[in-house]
Amino acid sequence: MSALAREVGGDDTAGRLVRPFTLTGGRTKPSRTDFTLITTVTAVDPPPERAPRPQPEQTRILRRCARPIAVAELAAHLDLPVSVVAIMLCDLLEAGLITVHPPHPVTPRTPDLDLLQKVRDGLGRL
Amino acid sequence: MAGSDITVEAVAPPDTVKILIAGGFGVGKTTMVGSVSEIAPLRTEEPLTAAGLGIDDLDGIEQKRATTVALDFGRITISRELVLYLFGTPGQQRFWFMWNDLAIGALGAVVLVDVRRPESSFAAIDFFERREIPFVVGVNGFFGEHPYPAEEIRDSLALPEGVQVLLCDARERESCKDVLIALIDQLIAQARKAG
Repeated sequence: MSALAREVGGDDTAGRLVRPFTLTGGRTKPSRTDFTLITTVTAVDPPPERAPRPQPEQTRILRRCARPIAVAELAAHLDLPVSVVAIMLCDLLEAGLITVHPPHPVTPRTPDLDLLQKVRDGLGRL
Repeated sequence: MAGSDITVEAVAPPDTVKILIAGGFGVGKTTMVGSVSEIAPLRTEEPLTAAGLGIDDLDGIEQKRATTVALDFGRITISRELVLYLFGTPGQQRFWFMWNDLAIGALGAVVLVDVRRPESSFAAIDFFERREIPFVVGVNGFFGEHPYPAEEIRDSLALPEGVQVLLCDARERESCKDVLIALIDQLIAQARKAG
C-alpha cells in the first residue's frame, strides 16, 4: 500500500498512471449513494478522537475538503474518477471524518420558483 | 444562539444546482462552460468500467484513454448559499449512458447546435425531450456568424413549442450568460404556469 500511496500522493500526473480502483480495494460501487457530482463534502475539524488513522490517499482528500467542495471538483483536483472518489468518501463518512451536504433537490414536477429566481438574479449580476 | 456552539462549522456548505450543456461532438460545449465559469473548466475522467465493463481494460495508458469518458465542468457562485455547476455532457453517442446520471437533478439544459452540422445535436434534443428535461437551444455561430435566422433553425429542428432558440457565440461570456438566463426564464415561466 505504501508504494501505491507514494505514487498516488506524488504530483498529479503520477496519479493518472495508477489503476484507480486499486485505491478502493477493487470496489467499483460505493456502499451508499450519497455522492452525486455536486454533493458537497467537508472535512470534520478537528477529526473525531476515535476515528481510524486515515490512509495517505484519504489524507489527500481530507486536505482538499478542509473547506466545502463538490465531489466533481474534488475528483478533478485529485485526478481520479468520480466513481473512485465516491467510494473513498464513503469510507471517510463512515469513519466520521467528513460531513456531506446533498445538492438542492430539483424535481421537474414541482419547480422551486424561489430557487429559480435566485439563480436568475445571480446570473443577472455576472 | 448563533456562535454559541463552538462545533458549528465556520463555512457552511452551499446548496448546489446544475445545468447541462449538451450537443454534438465539438459543438462548443466546453468553450461555453469556460466562457461563463468563474474557474478554468475542470475535467474529470470516468473509466467505462464504472458502468460494469471489464476492469482489466484499464491495463496500459493507451487503452485507458480509449476506455474513459471525460466530463468538463465549471462553476458560478450565485451567492454564499448557492452555487451553480455547468456540466458539458460527453458528445459521443456511445457515452450516453453517462447522461442519465448527469441529468438527474439538473435544473435544465442548453443544447448547443452547430449550424454547419445541426444533425450532430439531434440526439441531444431527443434525449432531453424524452426525459422531459427543460432545455433551450443555443445556435453557436462559428466565428460569430449566423447565416440562418432562429425561426428557420427552429423549424428545421422540429422543436416542441416553448423551447427557445437563441443565436449565440460560445466564446462570448455575455452571449453565454444570455442563453443561461433564457433557460432560467423559461423554467420560471413554466413554474408559474404549473403553479
